[in-house]
Amino acid sequence: MKHRTFFWFFLPTALAMLLFIFLPIISVVTQSLFIDHEQVFVEVENCDFFGCKKASMVDNEATEQLRREQPLGRFVGLDNYINRSHLAFTEVAEIWSGSDSVGNFFKQLFNLPLYRALIFTLVFTFTVTPLLIILGFCIAIGVNSLSQKIKGVVIFFSLLPMIVTPLVGSLILFWMIDSRGIIGSSLQLLFDDPDLSLKASATLTWVTLIVYGVWHAAPFAFVVFYAGLQTVPQDTLESAMIDGASRWERIRYVILPHLAPLVTFVALIQLMDNFRVFEPIVGFNASAHATSLSSMIYSDLDGESRLLSSAATSSVLTIIGVVILLFPVLIRTWRDWDRKY
Amino acid sequence: MSSNFVEHKSVPVRLLSYSFILLWLVIAAFPFIWTFWGSFKVELDFFSKENWANAITGVRTFGDTGSAFTADGYRGAWIKEEFWKSVLNTTIVCFFVVCTSLTIGTLGAYALSRSGFRYAFWLLIIALVFRAMPPITLVAGYMLPFFEWGLWGHLWTTIIVLVAINQPFTLWMLHSFFKKIPKDLDESAMVDGCTSFQAFRYVILPVMWPGVITTGLFSFLLAYNDFAVTAMLLSKENQTMVPKIAGFLGTTQTEGNVMFAVAAVVSATVPLFLLVMFFQRQIVSGLTAGAVKG
Amino acid sequence: MFKKVLIAAAISLTGTVVHAGCGIEKGNVNILGNEFPAIQTIGAGAEACAGDGVSIKTNLTKEHKNIQVPSLTSDPAEYTVAIVANSSIVPLMNDDLIQPLDDLIAKHGGNFNDNQKITIGGKVMAIGFMANSQHIVYRKDLLEQAGVEAPNTYEEVLEVAKAVKDKGLVKYPFGAAYAAGWGLAQEFNNMFIGHGGEFFKDGAMPNVNTETGVATLEMMKSLTDYMNPDFLTLDNNEINAEWKAGNVAIMQMWGSRAGPLLAGEDTAPGVAENTVLSHPVTVGGGSMPATTLWWDGFTIAKNISDEDAEASYLAMVNAIDPSIMNDEVATQAVWMIDGYEPTPASAGVFATIEAGATPYPMIPYASLLHTALGAELPDFFSGKESAEQTLADVEAAYVTAAKEKGFISE
Repeated sequence: MKHRTFFWFFLPTALAMLLFIFLPIISVVTQSLFIDHEQVFVEVENCDFFGCKKASMVDNEATEQLRREQPLGRFVGLDNYINRSHLAFTEVAEIWSGSDSVGNFFKQLFNLPLYRALIFTLVFTFTVTPLLIILGFCIAIGVNSLSQKIKGVVIFFSLLPMIVTPLVGSLILFWMIDSRGIIGSSLQLLFDDPDLSLKASATLTWVTLIVYGVWHAAPFAFVVFYAGLQTVPQDTLESAMIDGASRWERIRYVILPHLAPLVTFVALIQLMDNFRVFEPIVGFNASAHATSLSSMIYSDLDGESRLLSSAATSSVLTIIGVVILLFPVLIRTWRDWDRKY
Repeated sequence: MSSNFVEHKSVPVRLLSYSFILLWLVIAAFPFIWTFWGSFKVELDFFSKENWANAITGVRTFGDTGSAFTADGYRGAWIKEEFWKSVLNTTIVCFFVVCTSLTIGTLGAYALSRSGFRYAFWLLIIALVFRAMPPITLVAGYMLPFFEWGLWGHLWTTIIVLVAINQPFTLWMLHSFFKKIPKDLDESAMVDGCTSFQAFRYVILPVMWPGVITTGLFSFLLAYNDFAVTAMLLSKENQTMVPKIAGFLGTTQTEGNVMFAVAAVVSATVPLFLLVMFFQRQIVSGLTAGAVKG
Repeated sequence: MFKKVLIAAAISLTGTVVHAGCGIEKGNVNILGNEFPAIQTIGAGAEACAGDGVSIKTNLTKEHKNIQVPSLTSDPAEYTVAIVANSSIVPLMNDDLIQPLDDLIAKHGGNFNDNQKITIGGKVMAIGFMANSQHIVYRKDLLEQAGVEAPNTYEEVLEVAKAVKDKGLVKYPFGAAYAAGWGLAQEFNNMFIGHGGEFFKDGAMPNVNTETGVATLEMMKSLTDYMNPDFLTLDNNEINAEWKAGNVAIMQMWGSRAGPLLAGEDTAPGVAENTVLSHPVTVGGGSMPATTLWWDGFTIAKNISDEDAEASYLAMVNAIDPSIMNDEVATQAVWMIDGYEPTPASAGVFATIEAGATPYPMIPYASLLHTALGAELPDFFSGKESAEQTLADVEAAYVTAAKEKGFISE
């Protein structure tokens, strides 16, 4: 295709992404390099129904001057990236020199907000993604072997976990896994432990979130793989069968290679989505035991504290994290591209 | 359509496969069926702190209303809280998001798939990196300029934002569909005197239809379930279903009405039911046409 | 004592009468606020002023806090009125987004009391109309069966909880919203104030890693022994639901949420009639109740025309006029408006006011400490860290945030 034609075809989508994603990214990167002006305080007396009290407030006239001189705030370079809320270089160095064992080092490292979030995010991403791919694959194989009549209904029910609004879905599940809810009390029976509570311990909270993550995303993998199965070349399969390949061998040598590009696609999308895990943490009130980069951003953006630079920094770190995570997949796409053209 | 290798399965394998699917169906659909059943109960039954079995038997519902089932949640949500307004807004948002997304997405993805130049690869990768940006940060960034220019609160602003945010996914998905369509098809059309656009419009699109529908369904689901964008960018009168449901849940200092939310969620799922039933063949045949097989 | 203030204030009612049609000639009013029924009533009251050349719109939504700063920053501001509480007025003050109301009051008066004026640094920045606070709620019947009196201190709360538990009346007798995040931090604030703590020293430097802070955490920890073991995930919704099911004997709850419990809707038999909204308690021998007081009021945006500001003021004054009070409205909140008669549902909040509780601090950096507490305290309650380590983490997290906002210099 000619450059000119390409340009006109690509223009609308490019414009949409430039305006609504690229420009915000530029502004977020900029924001992450600045912090607010030093605030000038005045001591004042505040009165309400309940009486009067001395308190400090921001002296807006004095601050206004500073704001006009430097509208973006104070430039601090990469300070936001290395402060305690993010990469915490100083603190990590101190912990490194101060801790006597590797275990102790990690224990203290995970006390820092970003590393605490990162360890959960990584564990979540790297357990949920493979599990959901495997589960999705198994469902796809299973559904594929059903008779045509009931396939429709089965597909439809299989899609439910992806469809129901996570907002309320997690609310209901949150109640079901309560120690008195149907799932919670069944588990108590199953493990013969009347005090078992999925919400009270960190480990069980992680397990719960991971199970939810797999449950929620498996249908996506399933739909994609199921469709892929429809295109498995029949002649290859038949010749494999004539050669006496067992069922397992057929899956291993014919079906899996055929589905490989789909696995890449699902992995790509799901690695990214899982790395940005957020909704289940809020839905399950799980922030005591599990935080993620996205939940850090969410609490920074709270209407009262409005830590915009911190949120911007975490967002840039998220993007960098995703790029690192997807690097192997990107390399692969690069090679494919070379092969095709 | 179904591959015949499965038909040679022995009985134990088939049993195993059936019971696995049955188990999965239970796991997948149970919470929803539970919710559906519970939406006809009172809160004290559905979220019973005494005994979860109350959600099945409806003891308190019987005590409160004289019947084991009540439609109070639905009445409250639909009549008292005027949930239908949000349904209308969601319909508008979804319709335009899907149409716009697909129009500009197919054009862009077609161009990407037909350009052999290196920049097309980089554009795809950049789109992917764009998708990594957390939506909450994006939305927080939109607020001030939108207020400044009087764009905030309108349905169409939200529609454009949703389209833009979903473009990377749409591009990737459609791109892989187009890859599967042989180049000779449009090239021969162009030899016959078509312009690029005519070749795209009259030769490629008809072949692509199932793929477009599949991508459209995913766009639809994204718009339908979105909370981050719709909650922050829409004024109350333009609220869509999901933020409306969130509003039923109450705040720190005020009581919400959880059963309204539960009833609303069940209602919100009905159109999706119909949609999935209607399009499930399309999804599959769409993906079959080449799908995501980059 | 508070009632006396009310009466005294009633006599000094500002004289000017507001005309029918609210006296607005022209202007656009757009109100942003939360969406609960009391605010809906206020919104409807303002909308009643709409007419020829006067457009009045409302956007009452749960997301108001996230919308208010950007929407009032734009010029002209999207909203002319923001309904705020004593915590959410702070970001508007910090960014200089609302205007003093003194001139409008002088010009147009209004049918409200002097004590409804919220003054900051001598200027009236908001007019309050309702109050709220957290306080103790208990079950009369369960306490009687356990043979204990209603508590006046947290030490007594522990005794009550123990007595109820020992009798086997309920499994987890105490309830409070200890869910990680805002709620847990708020309970820390309450208890810290009860212990006589000061949150800040030397301007904006944090002051929670102290003996008072440790004592606060220890008292909270002892309370958790009588709470549902999932307490770090239970918010007000959950605690209230437990109460309705009759599983809790004594709890710390918002007046606005405990009031409706008396109506007994969706409640197990025998609970509603025995629910008593009592008063806040003290702790550690202190005299300050371990709670905070809250108000809701309206503010007027700065970046709007004088005409719109006047229209907004008149519409809002009409909305909080004592004439709005009727039986239904009276149940919606603890109103600070004349003509509101305290009911059993508001007893707890009035008791809090009379006990001389302190308002939630209207300090520019208070919310940053609140956020830091909410994020770091769970480590102590889940047994991962000592109290001192946790409080040190809180201070470190707060200092990082406060530096970014320019409250503390490098």
